[in-house]
Amino acid sequence: MTATKPMLLTVQGVTKAYPGVVANADVSFSVGVGEIHALLGENGAGKSTLVKMIYGLIKPDSGTMTLNGAPYAPTAPRAARGMGVGMVFQHFSLFEALNVAENVTLGMENPPPMRDLAGKIRQVSADYGLPLDPMRRVGDLSAGERQRVEIIRCLLQDPKLLIMDEPTSVLTPQEVEILFKTLRQLASEGTAILYISHKLEEIRTLCDAATILRRGRVVATCTPRDRTAREMAELMVGTVITPPERRARRQWPATAAALQVADLSVASPIQFGTSLKSISFSVAKGEILGVAGVAGNGQDELLLALSGELRSAPGMVQSFGVALGAQGPNPRRRVGFVSAPEDRLGHAAAPDMSLVENAFLTATIGERLTKSGFIDWPATRDFAERVIKSYDVRTPGPMVAARALSGGNLQKFVIGRELSQSPQVVLINQPTWGVDASAAAAIRQAILDRAAEGAAVVVISQDLDDLLEIADNFAVLNGGRLSVPRPVQGLTIDEIGLMMGGAHGMEVAHAHA
Amino acid sequence: MLTLEKRPTPSRLWGAATPVLAVLLTMGAGGILFALLGKDPFEAIRTIFWDPLFGEFAWYLRGQLLVKAGPLILIAIGLSLGFRAGIWNIGAEGQYIMGALFGASVGLAVFPTENRLIFPAMILAGAFGGWLWGMIPAILKAVFNTSEILVSLMLVYVAERILSKAALGFLRNPEGAGFPGSRNFAQYPAAANPELIAGTGMHWGVVAAFVAVIFAYVLLQRHILGFQIKLAGQAPRAARFHGINPAWMTVMCLGISGALAGLAGVFEVTGPAGQISIDFNVGYGFTAIIVAFLGRLNPVGILLAGLLMALTYIGGEMASTNLGLPSAAIQAFQGMLLFFLLAVDVLTNYRIRLFAKGVA
Amino acid sequence: MDLGGINPVVLIASLMVASVPILLAAIGELVVEKAGVLNVGVEGMMIMGAICGFIAAVSTGSPVLGFVGGATGGAALSFVFAVLTQGLLANQVATGLALTLFGLGLSSLMGQGYNGIKPPLTEAVPFGPLSDIPVLGVILFSHDWVVYFSIAIIAAVWWVLKYARTGLILRAVGENHDAAHALGYKVGRVRLMAILFGGAMAGMGGAYISLIRVPQWTDGITAGAGWIALAIVVFASWKPWRVLIGGYLFGGISVLQLNLQASGSRIPVEYLSMSPYLITILVLVIMSSGKGRASLNAPAALGQNFHASR
Repeated sequence: MTATKPMLLTVQGVTKAYPGVVANADVSFSVGVGEIHALLGENGAGKSTLVKMIYGLIKPDSGTMTLNGAPYAPTAPRAARGMGVGMVFQHFSLFEALNVAENVTLGMENPPPMRDLAGKIRQVSADYGLPLDPMRRVGDLSAGERQRVEIIRCLLQDPKLLIMDEPTSVLTPQEVEILFKTLRQLASEGTAILYISHKLEEIRTLCDAATILRRGRVVATCTPRDRTAREMAELMVGTVITPPERRARRQWPATAAALQVADLSVASPIQFGTSLKSISFSVAKGEILGVAGVAGNGQDELLLALSGELRSAPGMVQSFGVALGAQGPNPRRRVGFVSAPEDRLGHAAAPDMSLVENAFLTATIGERLTKSGFIDWPATRDFAERVIKSYDVRTPGPMVAARALSGGNLQKFVIGRELSQSPQVVLINQPTWGVDASAAAAIRQAILDRAAEGAAVVVISQDLDDLLEIADNFAVLNGGRLSVPRPVQGLTIDEIGLMMGGAHGMEVAHAHA
Repeated sequence: MLTLEKRPTPSRLWGAATPVLAVLLTMGAGGILFALLGKDPFEAIRTIFWDPLFGEFAWYLRGQLLVKAGPLILIAIGLSLGFRAGIWNIGAEGQYIMGALFGASVGLAVFPTENRLIFPAMILAGAFGGWLWGMIPAILKAVFNTSEILVSLMLVYVAERILSKAALGFLRNPEGAGFPGSRNFAQYPAAANPELIAGTGMHWGVVAAFVAVIFAYVLLQRHILGFQIKLAGQAPRAARFHGINPAWMTVMCLGISGALAGLAGVFEVTGPAGQISIDFNVGYGFTAIIVAFLGRLNPVGILLAGLLMALTYIGGEMASTNLGLPSAAIQAFQGMLLFFLLAVDVLTNYRIRLFAKGVA
Repeated sequence: MDLGGINPVVLIASLMVASVPILLAAIGELVVEKAGVLNVGVEGMMIMGAICGFIAAVSTGSPVLGFVGGATGGAALSFVFAVLTQGLLANQVATGLALTLFGLGLSSLMGQGYNGIKPPLTEAVPFGPLSDIPVLGVILFSHDWVVYFSIAIIAAVWWVLKYARTGLILRAVGENHDAAHALGYKVGRVRLMAILFGGAMAGMGGAYISLIRVPQWTDGITAGAGWIALAIVVFASWKPWRVLIGGYLFGGISVLQLNLQASGSRIPVEYLSMSPYLITILVLVIMSSGKGRASLNAPAALGQNFHASR
């Protein structure tokens, strides 16, 4: 298929090294005109570095690129945009306090005057089924709508190549369908799309060709439709992954719920955040509740409210009949709560502190690391070393600063630190974010093990695989409200998608397009 | 092309070396400044840094070193705790004044009673005065989220006005023939803070400064409160996750630094200064900010930095009398030191790399 | 029309003059903060402007060159701030403090020998018969050019921030420097320009104090005006026109307390003279309470240093 179309972009022998790590080694591939080309790889495989070079954000150490047959070496994103390359970022490059039109104009080379721009935005958004009001403030938009801002910003410049970095991680299944429709429409009009993902089924549905990266190198190029997801997974990961072992759930003597949340309503402490609205659920000993939802629907707030960083009325959060809603994190830790917020660096861990100090951060009470206010550093160090060992955290030693660890290793450390404290109630947001497949499997196994020992677990995740693999019950956060939890067995992806809020009213737009 | 590259872990070597490097750079730049003023730079530097310790009048000046260093260290220790926690108390000068006023008022109220408890009571009153003045920005920050930087600074100007009112009005010496200024505590033994060992400049305030250094060292190294202070400054969100209430942290840090500045004030007014006067405050509260940073917010570092800064005060005075170097020059010199310190601090957290040429 | 010996028309006219230094410094700082930089060294830049402006005016005999000199002095000091915070990633609050401590020392050093000298006079702009209009003539048409300049610069800043692309880029950098960098904007360069503008405005404000307000040189002449300017930016919730309101409010208070002092009020001088500082605190409290009404409008990246890692 790729041979029949003329080549748009070729990348030849590109290498980029950072101190201590080679992000890309001798990478070569090419994208044809109107082709949807996947860049597939695990977290840390070098996908982001590669596309940042194509977008002119960083310069390769060696290697060449051509665009439409001519040498292509963008010195800045501005240059890349000038030559028809647009990019939609995974972590959006948007300004929350500015409105849609202002955000769009900032990303354009020769923007039209503001009053014309609003009309153009409306037109493009209608043409491609991406409804958007140019005058709304971006901070008030949902994650899916923010992505539309970025896409429209690119489309207004008639790109020849559109780079999309993990675009579906913020969308409901239905929204994904709509996005794919838009991308296919673009491809049919001749725009090439470089589609970065680690989700295999998506790539098999959407892409014409795929380049698979592992540890910075191209390990294979294939036509995704001709391969099974399993084949591609093995190419991507390099080993065969064993799914976690799920033991039969043990029946615990009936008690009050380990975690009982009753009509929890609390305003978001975060600017442009989502307030929680009358959330109720309960989790028994040994049960795992999975909470799904698109980013920005109250996940962070729910974790804050459960861990105690965000306080509510006393009865809104209870454990074994004890009212904890008005208590801070430490009284909750005293009754066996542990929690891992989503943002590891800066929230779950202090970047400039050593792993020993970071171990002390939450294990002060659970591991009894103080004596009349004085810190028992040797005991803290022992605890940190135990976590490092049992969760396979790759670090030169426990005295290393947290920020020196890779995202995946820090993730393992944080999860390990919490799960090592013999918890009664476990609260985790995005347990496998940023870790490779084998580490993700290990983390899921550890969560299952704690549940088997009798802990009540709440896992909040945007990764449905996470949830479907380990959760007993399943609920969805949407706009700060939680759906009624349902048993995982028997749920279909479509049902889950509808629970997640469907396509947020986007079907209508496509019907007209 | 020079680029900065973040170190995975802050460099301990550079952490210790940067203050020394900053002092050397300041000496160089200060020398140029002095040369521009038409002074021999080498002689000026020698007069400031060498003569007070080893020159002709060293026997006297060495004692002055502790007199000046005492309040600087005491205040800087308090400030360093706040700075570590990301709480910017820059109004120590005001807290210092209020400490002196509160302490002096207690002493003058009971004049001329002789009682052993008078001096301790004055010290407590001084600490309380400074604490109270620190509590104003603390509570406004905790309750209303008002910038403690601006409030604490505004309160310096307010304290200065109260000071002049006190010196001219309610604390004026009734036997002072109408001259501004309070009674002199040197003539009131129960309230005086005399030199403890003749010729050393050691008085109770210096003792308090040393105690504060030890106290802060233990706090930061071993105690959970010290850990929390560091955590609050480095990673505020992680601090909340740990369970620290930011409002409480603000109140505590401003309270401690206010009380220590107040202590410095009352020790000064009962000892070296002797009385409340219009120009009682000489900027220790501001210079202590430099001392805190020069000591890298580390108690032992602050001890050394306080002594060094005291040296520049004394040397500056000498240079002023002997060489006619304007006294403002030393203030500029101290400010310059802080600049260089902040500039070279980049070496602790970053590597500087030279790139011959980026691949285009 | 006298109120306790104070003529309201003269009061309004003189508060417009009294507020010029803080207006200039505050509008400069507003631009700096809109770019995401917190420079608390306004006091230092103002006093450098005051002495540089004074020296320039005295040595050239031209008050206009004095203001140019003041702007240059303030900008030069702010350049040091830019190098430290943008180039060497130093803490912005600490560097701002250093700026103030250094500025106070250096200005007093430079001012040796300038005490007691009168600077060349700045005349009121000749409006001819307009200035003879009762009431309005005194209030609107009796001032020197810097008074009008300060209002014009506020209007210009408002226009640029609201309508010009430059202003949009500036705000974008102040909101989210990572996103601005990802789009290819030069965060450091934008911030450098903003810092220099802020320094120049603070310097002009300082020069206004030593050349017109006082007019002579004494050590520590700015007496906290720079800090009040910082407070006014918060008061204004980062909106240019509100800077004008805030500036006139504070100008009014300082003029009023001076008039009360002069008219022999029963309130002691010390308490009157601390009123601007107390009112600043009060206003800050009002603006920052109510769940951070003012802070809602603060640039999101304010005070954070930017380092493009990868």
